[in-house]
Amino acid sequence: MMKLDFGGLESASQFHGVDSELVDGLSSAPSFEIPNTTNFDGFQKEAIQMVKPAKGTTTLAFIFKEGVMVAADSRASMGGYISSQSVKKIIEINPYMLGTMAGGAADCQFWHRNLGIKCRLHELANKRRISVTGASKLLANILYSYRGMGLSVGTMIAGWDETGPGLYYVDSEGGRLKGNRFSVGSGSPYAYGVLDSGYRYDMSVEEAAELARRAIYHATFRDGASGGVASVYHVGPNGWKKLSGDDVGELYYKYNPVTPSTVEQEMAEAAGP
Amino acid sequence: MTKQQANWSPYDNNGGSCVAIAGADYCVIAADTRMSTGYNILTRDYSKITKLADKCVMASSGFQADVKALQKLLAARHLIYQHQHNKQMGCPAMAQLLSNTLYYKRFFPYYSFNVLGGLDNEGKGCVYTYDAVGSYERVGYSSQGSGSTLIMPFLDNQLKSPSPLLLPVQDAITPLSESEAVDLVKTVFASATERDIYTGDKLEIVVLNAEGIQREFMDLRKD
Repeated sequence: MMKLDFGGLESASQFHGVDSELVDGLSSAPSFEIPNTTNFDGFQKEAIQMVKPAKGTTTLAFIFKEGVMVAADSRASMGGYISSQSVKKIIEINPYMLGTMAGGAADCQFWHRNLGIKCRLHELANKRRISVTGASKLLANILYSYRGMGLSVGTMIAGWDETGPGLYYVDSEGGRLKGNRFSVGSGSPYAYGVLDSGYRYDMSVEEAAELARRAIYHATFRDGASGGVASVYHVGPNGWKKLSGDDVGELYYKYNPVTPSTVEQEMAEAAGP
Repeated sequence: MTKQQANWSPYDNNGGSCVAIAGADYCVIAADTRMSTGYNILTRDYSKITKLADKCVMASSGFQADVKALQKLLAARHLIYQHQHNKQMGCPAMAQLLSNTLYYKRFFPYYSFNVLGGLDNEGKGCVYTYDAVGSYERVGYSSQGSGSTLIMPFLDNQLKSPSPLLLPVQDAITPLSESEAVDLVKTVFASATERDIYTGDKLEIVVLNAEGIQREFMDLRKD
């Protein structure tokens, strides 16, 4: 009888001890110590309060004629406090694949790095690059196996493989969607508004970059949890390239220039005390 | 019947603040030496700073038992690295190691808010700032701990440098000299001590530069 391989779906606690090097633990998911408590959920809720993952964010990605455009803001907030204005939310998995970060910063950083390692191992084992479909599936399966344990990851995997440009949305609930246009984060409604109304498949790279930049800018304008620097990356047949990084405060004056108004009457200095 | 809630928490917060500032060829790491629990002071003379490698120093605030466990783990890993590679670990490598070590306890976190300071492979100052589960980034300056919400805005005002995300890339290192940076740190802690009950007693300042590591102390308000 055919034996189905549930390797990617088994829960982490079954695997070997935490002492093993990161590389050893890659055929299975790295194993994690679990607190010895009867109320795992409640404990995780409290622990999350301490950790307070950065949730406010705006990231977006879309496929067009010339490849994939990926853009994000750079603000991390812990409750009402801005913990950083310079977070790298576009993660370079390898020279031809990018991942975006939304949700828990540590979760996204760690699992994207893990994905990059897995992709490299795939290249070495199979003598060819991994597809975007494959890479997103690897990540989705890992996140599914930790479903319900409190990971917070809302990411887009964007890349260029043999089939052309590829874009997938993957999240910590275990969801994985193939699509042409995504925006993730608290600022995503605002970004969608700008993105959806300005999108055409046959844009040039400059036009697409400007659309992505504007969408992020408008999201940072209206969403308090988004801000900092709007980064825009392009993924083409030769890999990704960072196109721009602009402070959104300065973008405001670029889009809304201050025109010196003609003064009709000069205000005279008030005479005497 | 309602679910029984735990009436014991494995965590405690011992308070305190840490700061690190990176310069062109130096790095300043500082932390107060007060250790408290609730409204009580446990000791006025507890160091939150530890040397992880020749060019790498870590300051941590939060739950000091977890901090101690973390320091021991990192020291052991560094020793293994030295045996395997016949050299000291560089600061960027230690930064990644700390991130992974923190993330391995993702479901039972170290309640430790860390700031790593040192010299990178080119001899320039570098500061890495962390959250409790290992997300990290290289910055020009950072503060963590109970006084960080008071200290960070002031450092932003004095040291705010262009973001490393801007394109074209602009340097993030502060133009301050080493003695100016040390004076800034003393000013910052004097102010934080005024308005944060968990910060005070004594300030420990560690300076890392090409000559090595120097340590100095300054008294803070003890109330």
